[in-house]
Amino acid sequence: MKVVLDHVTKAFPNRNKKLKQDVIAVSDFTYEIPDGSLIGLLGPSGCGKSTTLNLISGLLTPTSGRILFGDEDVTDFSPEHRGIGLVFQNYALYPHMTVAENIMFPLGNLRGKDKMSRAEMRRKAEEIAALVQIEAYMDRKPSELSGGQQQRVAIARALVKMPRVLLLDEPLSNLDARLRLQTREEIHRIQRQTGITTIFVTHDQEEAMSISDAIVVMRDGVVQQIGAPQQVYNDPCNLFVAKFLGTPPINVFDGSVSDGALYLGEDRVLDVPCVPDGTYYVGIRPEGFEIRADGPMHAALSAIEVMGRDVSVVAAHPACTTDTLRAIIDADETVGLHANEIRFSLKPSKVCLFDRRTEIRVRTDK
Amino acid sequence: MTCPTPTTPQNVRRTTDGASVRRRVLHGCIYVLLSVWALIVLFPFYWMLVTSIKSYGSYNAEHIPTLFPSSPTLENYMDAFTAVPLADYFLNTLIFTTVTTALMLIIIIPAAFAFSRLQFRGKNVLFTLFLSLMMIPSELVVITNFVTVTNLELRNTFAGLILPSAASVFYIYLLKENFSQIPDELYWAAKVDGTTDLKYLLRVMLPICRPTVVTVTILKIIECWNSYVWPRLVTDEEAYYLVSVGIQEIRENGFGRENIPAMMAAVVVISVPLIVLFLIFRKKIMEGVARGGTKG
Amino acid sequence: MEKNSLKAWLYLLPAILFLGVFLVYPLVDVFIYSFEEGYNSASQTYFGIGTYNFSYVLHDPYFLQALKNTLILVLITVPVSTALALLISVGLSSIPHLKQLYQTVFFLPYVTNTLAVGLVFMILFAKTEYSDGLVNVLLSLFGMTPVDFLDGPYAAKMLVLCIYTVWIVLPFKILILTSALASVKADYYNAARIDGTPRLRVFTRITLPMISPMLFYLIITGFIGAFKAYSDAVALFGTNLNTAEMNTIVGYVYDMLYGDSGGYPSYASAAAVILFAIVLTITVINLLISRKHVHY
Repeated sequence: MKVVLDHVTKAFPNRNKKLKQDVIAVSDFTYEIPDGSLIGLLGPSGCGKSTTLNLISGLLTPTSGRILFGDEDVTDFSPEHRGIGLVFQNYALYPHMTVAENIMFPLGNLRGKDKMSRAEMRRKAEEIAALVQIEAYMDRKPSELSGGQQQRVAIARALVKMPRVLLLDEPLSNLDARLRLQTREEIHRIQRQTGITTIFVTHDQEEAMSISDAIVVMRDGVVQQIGAPQQVYNDPCNLFVAKFLGTPPINVFDGSVSDGALYLGEDRVLDVPCVPDGTYYVGIRPEGFEIRADGPMHAALSAIEVMGRDVSVVAAHPACTTDTLRAIIDADETVGLHANEIRFSLKPSKVCLFDRRTEIRVRTDK
Repeated sequence: MTCPTPTTPQNVRRTTDGASVRRRVLHGCIYVLLSVWALIVLFPFYWMLVTSIKSYGSYNAEHIPTLFPSSPTLENYMDAFTAVPLADYFLNTLIFTTVTTALMLIIIIPAAFAFSRLQFRGKNVLFTLFLSLMMIPSELVVITNFVTVTNLELRNTFAGLILPSAASVFYIYLLKENFSQIPDELYWAAKVDGTTDLKYLLRVMLPICRPTVVTVTILKIIECWNSYVWPRLVTDEEAYYLVSVGIQEIRENGFGRENIPAMMAAVVVISVPLIVLFLIFRKKIMEGVARGGTKG
Repeated sequence: MEKNSLKAWLYLLPAILFLGVFLVYPLVDVFIYSFEEGYNSASQTYFGIGTYNFSYVLHDPYFLQALKNTLILVLITVPVSTALALLISVGLSSIPHLKQLYQTVFFLPYVTNTLAVGLVFMILFAKTEYSDGLVNVLLSLFGMTPVDFLDGPYAAKMLVLCIYTVWIVLPFKILILTSALASVKADYYNAARIDGTPRLRVFTRITLPMISPMLFYLIITGFIGAFKAYSDAVALFGTNLNTAEMNTIVGYVYDMLYGDSGGYPSYASAAAVILFAIVLTITVINLLISRKHVHY
C-alpha cells in the first residue's frame, strides 16, 4: 500500500495563549511513500516527525492537505478505519493481560462477518507471535518480559489485524545499545517478510540509515531532504542535513573561493572551477581526509585514537568552526603520524560547500 | 511462515462529522449528569443559606417552602448568637482545634524525624508496630479512653478533649515518607558544618517538607472542627461544648424543631470557616486526601 | 551509638507516650473489659471472667436492631456510592471543560460538618404540622403521597439515612477514582482507538482493570466506613437513636458507655469487639477476592 502525503500541514494553537500565532508542527509535507518500503522519519526532537506519524495514524487530523492510502483518501478517517498498526514508544501493552491476550485484543473488536471465534483468534495470534518470535512467552504478563520482548509483543499486536500500514514511534529508544542493534535487524526482517509499508520515527540517524529504504530528514516542521540513506549522506542538500547525518559528524570550516580555488585559511585545498568567488561553509566528512606528506592542508595534530579497524585523527585547523577536526583513516595508513604537523589532501566527493546565509548546498560540479 | 497480505478494512467508513456529532451528544449527556449531581451537592448549602434568612414567621407560614425568601432578614443570626451560646461553642472549637493540631505537630514531627533520619536499635520493629496501629478503629479504643479520662477527672476539661485526640499514626507515616525523600547528602553536609540534629530538623527538613506539613495541618484542622463522638462523650457541661455537640444541643434543647431558620443560621456559621479554608487551600486539601486521608 | 539510640528514643517519646496511653493500652483493655463479667464502674470490680457480655449484647434487641440497621446501610450505600462515584468520575474525566469547577463542587461535602449539614437534610425531609417539607412537595408533583421521612415508616427513615450517607461519602470516592482514572496513560487509549475498540470494551477491558486496585481500596474502606456509621444517623434522628429505631452498632456502643442507658463499659466493649470482628472478616474476604481479581 503506497502512502501519499499531499501538502500536509498541521498547526497547533500556541501554548502561550497570549500569542495568537499558531505553532506549525508540520509544514506542507508532500511525499509519496512507495508500496512495501521501510521509511525512517528522522530529525531532532520537536522537528514534527512524531506529529507526522500521528497524522498518518489518524490520532491527529491535518489542518490542511490530504493523506491517501493507495488511491483512497483517508484524511477524514478516524484511526480505526484506516487499517493501520501503531507501535508506541513505551509499547502501551496492557499490563493486566497476558501476551496472548494483548495480541488478540484487536481481533476481539471485529464485528459482523469479520467476527472471529476464540480458536481462530488464538491461531492468528500464534501465527503472528511466531513471526516476531515470542511464541514461547504467550502466557506471561508484559511485566515479566524484557524490553526487547515487550517490543516484539507490541509489534505483534500492531500486526495481528494485518494493517495496510505499520507505524512505529521511536521503536528502539527504550532499549539498551546491544538490544537496539538486534531489534532493528528484527524490524527489518519482519518488514521484509510481511511486505507491509512501514514508517518509523527516530532521532537516531544511525538507526534510520541502517535499515530504511528511504529517510526523511525534518527540522522545525519542514522536510529538509528525502532519499535513500546513502544518497542523503553523500549528497546533503543543506548544512543541517550534512551535520545531522554521520558519526563522527561532518567537520565544518569557514572557507572561501577565489578564482576557482577553495581556500581553508591559508591553505588552497581544492579546485572548484564552477563556484563563484565568496565565502562559504565547507563541510568535510571524516573519511574525506587522506594523509599525504605533500597534502595541501596543514593541521596541528592533537591526538590519535586507534579504534581497531580505523584510526581517528584529531587535529586543529585555524579555519575549523570547532576546536578540532576529526579524520577517519585506515589503520594501515598511520605512517607519518609522529610530527606535530600533519598534512591532508581531500577527496573532492566528500567536500560540500554551503551558502553562508541560507546554508543551502552550493554545487561544486556542473 | 505465512506472508499475510494487507487487507482493506471492511468497516463502513464513518465520516468525522458523524463521529463528532455523536461525541457532542455524549458530552452533552455527561454535562447534564454532572450538573445534576452538582445540584444535589449544592442544594443543601443553598437551602441552609436561604432558610437562615427567612424570618421565623414567614418560614412557618410557608406550607410549600419557597425557593427564594420574600423578606430576607439577618435576625436569625442575632438569635443564633444570643439565644444560644454559639459564640462559646465557636471559641471552644477554635481552642480545641488549635491546641490539638499544635500538639499533634509537636508529637509527630520529632517521631517522623527519628524514623526517617536517626539510627537506633529496634527501629524497624517499632515502625512496623506503628504501622499496625493504623488498622485499629477508633471505636475500639474510645471505651477505655472514656474510662481513663473519667477516672482522671478530666471530663469537661480541655485536657480531656484534647489529649486523646492529639496523636496520629497516619500523619507520622505521611511525614516520615516525605522526610525520607530528602537526600542523605544534605544531612551529612549539615553534620560536617556542626549542625545539631534539632537545628537540622527545624532549619532544613521542615522548610523542605513544608507542603506536607501544611497538608497534614489542614487535614487535622478539618478533622478537629468536625469531630463529634469524643467531644460528646467527655463533655456534658455546655461551657465545654464544641460546635458539633453544640448544634445537636441547639436542635434538641435550643430552638428545637420550632425555630428552624435560627438553627440554619447556626449551621451556616459553623460551616463557613471550613468552606473558606477549603476554597483557599483547595489544591492542598484534595491532594492530601487523595494521598490517603479518610473521613474522620 | 548508645547515645544516638537514646536521642532517637527521646524524639519518639511524645509519640510513644500518647499512642501508648490512648491507643495501645485501650486496645488491650477493651478485650479485657469485654470478658469481665458484671463490671462496676464505680467500684471498679467485677465478678468473673467469661463470655456473658457477648451473649448479653447478642440477645439485646437494641443491639440486634442496630446490627440490622448497620447491615442494611452497608449493603445499600457501599454498592450505590461506589457505582455512582465511578459513573461521575468517568464522566468527569471525559469532559473537555469545567473539570476543576465540577471537582471542587463535588468535594464540598467532605469539608462540611456532618452534624450541621445533617440538620439541613433533616429539614428537607421533615414533615411537620406546618409543612410537608421540600422533598414531599417535590414528590407530590409526581403524584406521590407525603411520607414522614423522619418519624414515619422504617423504610422511609432508612432511605433518608442512606441518601445522606451516600452524599457524605461520595466526595472521597470521586476524588480517589478521578485521580486513578487520570493515571491511566493516554497511550493505552490511543492503542485501543487504533484497533477500533468500542467505548464499552475499552471501559471494561482496559479502564476497569487498570483502576481495579483503587476500586478495591474504595470498596474496603467503604465497608469499614459504613460499618462505623453513627454521626450521620445522629444528625438526622437525634441522639436518642434507639427510640427512633435507627441506631447503629457504633451508636449502641456509645449508648452503653454513656448517656441515659450508659454505664456499662463491659457491654460496650463486647459490642465494639463484635463490630471489630465483623469488619475484620469483611476486610479479609474483600482482600481475598481482590487478590483474585486485581492482576498486577
